[in-house]
Amino acid sequence: MKIVERVRALLGREAVLEDTGAPDGLPRVAPSSPDAVALLLGTAREEGWRVRVEGAGTWMPADAPADLALTTRRLDRIPSIQPQDLSATAEAGVGCDQLRQQLADHGAWLSIDPPGLAGRTLGSVVATATSGPLRHGFGPIRDHLVGVTFVTGDGRIIQSGGRVMKNVAGYDLTKLQTGGFGAFGVVVLVHLRLHALPRADQTLVLEGPREDLSRVAEDIVAAGLTLAALELLSPPLGRRERWSLAVRLAGSAAAVAEEEAGLRAVTGGQFAALRSDEAHAFWMRAAEAFATRPVTFRIGGLPDSSDDLLDLIQHQVGDEWVSATPGVGTLRWGGETSVDRLRRLRRILAAQEVPLTIERAPWVTRRAVGHFGAYREGVGPLVEGLRHTFDPGAAISVAVDGDERAG
Amino acid sequence: MTLSPTIADALARIVGPRHVRLGPAERATYAKDGLTVHQRLPGIVVLPGTHDEVVAVVRLLAGHGIPFVPRGAGTGLSGGALADAGAVLLVLTRLNRILEIDPKNRVAVVEPGVVNVKLSAAAAPYGLLYAPDPSSQTACTIGGNVAENAGGPHCLKYGVTANHVLALDVVLANGQVVQLGSAAGEPWGPDLVGLFVGSEGNFGVATRITVRLIPVPRAVRTLLADFPSIRGAGVAVSAVIASGIVPAALEMMDRSCIQAVEDSVYAAGYPRDAAAVLLVEVDGRSEPAVTADAAAIEEILKGHGARSVRSASDQKDRERLWQGRKKAFGAMGRVSRDLIVQDAVVPRSALPDVLEEIARIAARYDLTVSNVFHAGDGNLHPNISFDSRVPGLQDRVEAASGEMMAACIAAGGTITGEHGIGLDKLRYMPLIFDGESLAAMRGVRLVFDPAERVNPGKVVPVHACREWLGARNAERGTRNWSAAPSSALRVPTSALPL
Repeated sequence: MKIVERVRALLGREAVLEDTGAPDGLPRVAPSSPDAVALLLGTAREEGWRVRVEGAGTWMPADAPADLALTTRRLDRIPSIQPQDLSATAEAGVGCDQLRQQLADHGAWLSIDPPGLAGRTLGSVVATATSGPLRHGFGPIRDHLVGVTFVTGDGRIIQSGGRVMKNVAGYDLTKLQTGGFGAFGVVVLVHLRLHALPRADQTLVLEGPREDLSRVAEDIVAAGLTLAALELLSPPLGRRERWSLAVRLAGSAAAVAEEEAGLRAVTGGQFAALRSDEAHAFWMRAAEAFATRPVTFRIGGLPDSSDDLLDLIQHQVGDEWVSATPGVGTLRWGGETSVDRLRRLRRILAAQEVPLTIERAPWVTRRAVGHFGAYREGVGPLVEGLRHTFDPGAAISVAVDGDERAG
Repeated sequence: MTLSPTIADALARIVGPRHVRLGPAERATYAKDGLTVHQRLPGIVVLPGTHDEVVAVVRLLAGHGIPFVPRGAGTGLSGGALADAGAVLLVLTRLNRILEIDPKNRVAVVEPGVVNVKLSAAAAPYGLLYAPDPSSQTACTIGGNVAENAGGPHCLKYGVTANHVLALDVVLANGQVVQLGSAAGEPWGPDLVGLFVGSEGNFGVATRITVRLIPVPRAVRTLLADFPSIRGAGVAVSAVIASGIVPAALEMMDRSCIQAVEDSVYAAGYPRDAAAVLLVEVDGRSEPAVTADAAAIEEILKGHGARSVRSASDQKDRERLWQGRKKAFGAMGRVSRDLIVQDAVVPRSALPDVLEEIARIAARYDLTVSNVFHAGDGNLHPNISFDSRVPGLQDRVEAASGEMMAACIAAGGTITGEHGIGLDKLRYMPLIFDGESLAAMRGVRLVFDPAERVNPGKVVPVHACREWLGARNAERGTRNWSAAPSSALRVPTSALPL
């Protein structure tokens, strides 16, 4: 029996998408429940099928070798929004734009702004741990999750965490799934920590030479201002002639006014305030730009190394599409580059104790360099053991290690 | 099983004879933690003083297949750091050096035995502090905080331990040393630091811990609100949270707790006739913003039935208000011979109903229950005061605790928010996780510690995994887990043929 027929028999005819127009010609299966995902992956394990996991198809190229593609797009419900508890539960295939809108209708806010198109799925953001500029004020993706449900590569449904704000019951498998790139299973349900929708949301931008803006950013960090975002963007990313240092303030009107005054005091009042529509467009374009570059990676250094890392990036792979969070030390790069350059850059950064994670790239690049690449000594066997625990048949097609695995 | 004298000799050669405790009285010092209903006498107590000594001890024990239990100051509240006669207790309090404070990057590197409050004291000259502040912070260690993913009152705004640990040097069960995470907080590969924090010692021994520091807030306002009903106070908590203002802390104490505090040397001036008080702290960078937030919160509290809201007049007054809260467990210890400090979390909006249900359970079992807890997080601590010498009373306490946990779970909550599972909550784990999820957790543990020698018998109730796997295997007509050869323990449970 062909895979398509077997899947239809298992999950119903509607589970196999028709006429998707995908060039790979793979059967594209869209389970509509965690149980259906489990049934599919359990069968894949038994049959020896390799499975590519996809969301909306807007972030990771749909090119991992596989026998079928599992898309989460029918896992698109938001079963619970609890504004009084500032918590929500959403399925992995929900688009971030849809989620954001529904939360806003309840006065709640998921304070993340991941790179990519507006309709990128929540599951994709969790699996890749791709935070955006709001990481400065609200932390990385993992800080916004209080639990997940995921399905292992052999079809087991596993719960981790819960729906409440604090939880230390059992090991924190949610952390393993966040940024696991699907290597440890397919996230199907996400329990979220929310904030109240800010009553005021102000973006201010300063343009100038990168080195000058870096110094301004240092002053701002040293002043201890409470900012939602402090982001340094390259000229094309900010759609300006020169580099941009963008500050986002969010909260009550009084708090935002207070911080804006503090910002102007620290920086001599040089920042230009954007109108609401301008600010929305500014951040949205910067996020979307990374979805249109062939390769995106992130690196994480200490805040005081931020400028040196920018120099290094400029020298090694160019700095046309770069967004840096100087208060945190993270940096995202987008563009076109070769496997050899990525390997060399990763080696140089590793010598400086700075990890480089490939966030998106064509399969040929992912396979060669891996999302994670080489591990530190002794960590490789742990990662391999964890992968075996959660995907014993290696059914999920993902390249986390690359060809140069070590450790 | 008891440990051979040759092991004690070998340990003494590594750490020095003074740092190996063999006598019954010496070992008895380590037989309990902060939850005194559990007691285990360790076979040997060893106190290494350096990372290298920890490695050598762990390798020695690995070579002999001897289980061991890492322990900090022993202030835990789940029976998590207890070892039995066949195991070695690895006490880490001598590794108490603050190795580095990097004020520019707001990062510190410490050994596991550093006492929590001492890190903040060391960071204070730089205008920085370490945010997680468990009530035991004057005694508990950072290593213990990492093992338990400890919280504290100010975690409402600043996050729990997991949000502040960036990197770890870990000695695995076999003595191998691995470095997890990076000082910048970006993981090398999957987030193994996040996985390690809160693993209750099952994944190894952290000997070097890199943590994030935060600026000391320049402005602080502490409010004490007095409520005529617990329900009113609970509703006010939800209202504050939903307002969008994130207080630094939002704590609740009920009348029973207030009386205990006011009768003790920690008396803080709480109104004795209140059904409950809320202790609310707002902090920030500037005085006007904090004043505005405090005023908004005061209005919410009064709008939800607070009889009065008073603001701490000065730093001394603030410290007095906080001392009452942080020493509340100690104050309750005076009330009766024994005290069980429970720990559970519910959705914040469920607090009023759950608190009433806890009161009904206490009444049904004729027990004295005091509530002092992190209301802003929905993290309850119902404390049962009793005398274990009274025949049958401990059984009633156990039964009531179980019903309280069940009530929290039924409200959409969980069985622990910061104390951990340890021994105490093992029996409740199957109430919140199915066998498949428990088996997966055990599979993760086996990756780090294939022989399950590090802190054995904690966190994951192995029987529940086995029962579940047995049921699944029987259903599929294949062999039962219990029939699997012992060598199967070396591979993840999930990899066993079904």
